Amino acid sequence: MNFGAMFGKVLMSNGLITAFVIIAITNLIAYKLAGLSKGRIHGSAVAILFGLVLAYIGGGSKGIATIPLFAGIGMMGGAMFRDFAIVSTAFGADLREIKKVGIVGVLSLVFGLITSWIAGVVVAFALGYRSSVDLVTIGAGVATFVVGPVTGAALGASSEVIAISIAAGVVKSLAVMIFTPFVAKPLGINNPQSAMVFGGLAGTTSGTAAGMAAVDPKLVPYAAMTATFYTGSGCLTFPSIFYFLTRAIFG
Amino acid sequence: MVIYGVGLLAFCYLTGMYIGDVLGALLGVKANIGGVGFAMLFLILLSNKGIDAGWLDKKSQEGIAFWAAMYIPIVVAMSSIQNVAAAVSGGIVAFLGGLLGSALAFLLIPVLSSFAKK
Repeated sequence: MNFGAMFGKVLMSNGLITAFVIIAITNLIAYKLAGLSKGRIHGSAVAILFGLVLAYIGGGSKGIATIPLFAGIGMMGGAMFRDFAIVSTAFGADLREIKKVGIVGVLSLVFGLITSWIAGVVVAFALGYRSSVDLVTIGAGVATFVVGPVTGAALGASSEVIAISIAAGVVKSLAVMIFTPFVAKPLGINNPQSAMVFGGLAGTTSGTAAGMAAVDPKLVPYAAMTATFYTGSGCLTFPSIFYFLTRAIFG
Repeated sequence: MVIYGVGLLAFCYLTGMYIGDVLGALLGVKANIGGVGFAMLFLILLSNKGIDAGWLDKKSQEGIAFWAAMYIPIVVAMSSIQNVAAAVSGGIVAFLGGLLGSALAFLLIPVLSSFAKK
């Protein structure tokens, strides 16, 4: 009897369940590693980086799912489960809290999305990307590593461009985690009001939470309050308003 | 029951996706326009209503909370199935875009904060 082959067969015929185990182990290692930074870097960013590394190892157009043994990850990370899980994160957003955010919170969200769009489109255009779908997907990726793939999938961008958009979001998230403690003082992030502005402008929930925690843990909920709405507003505006804006400019 | 929460989430998801598709068709683009965003809006409105009115009890809420907790793992799985090998050449775009995006956000903080004080 070939026990190895039998084990492989169990993994292959239970692809989605195999994916749960692999992603659980990936997360475990990532969060343990991030723990060494004493809260400076959030485990989620490390885990997503690991995910991109796995995709690179897989090598093909479907990343790690190119390898038949890991095909189930393709289902777990596919559009259906992804969008379903993203929608579920809106749960817990309290309408009373939304009203408290007020005009400044809304303004910071709007400016946060616009600056991400500008940053992504300018850099992508400068480095040779010309199609509006590619440009707006990379801009959406700068917004967050979730808005990028949601926008790219909705508009039919290539997996390559979607991968770039995820990476751009991870870079921003890490930059916010690492630099916030250093710039908090000169930028005056020391009260609930400015923490809310910060959350709305930076947008990445993991980035703002980890960055803010290193400055003043009491301000984390204020930053998170606006940051929570960032991904939702991004998923609403990038495949629509920002896409049409991009198309109007670049044709 | 847990399934009530999952069912509510699924209902919001499908409704949002449908609106996104219809909107895309109306605007003449072959795309789902903001479906995820609309679904989130419905979930916020309906879950708030359900909790206030009492029909979305603790157990039902767990059905939604489970998927919210699975969000990062699913994003990790999503990252691992992208065409990263082909995207490596575009890595510099990701790096510069991400850095520029965070720099612009940081620079605007004092501007909007001072506006908030007025």
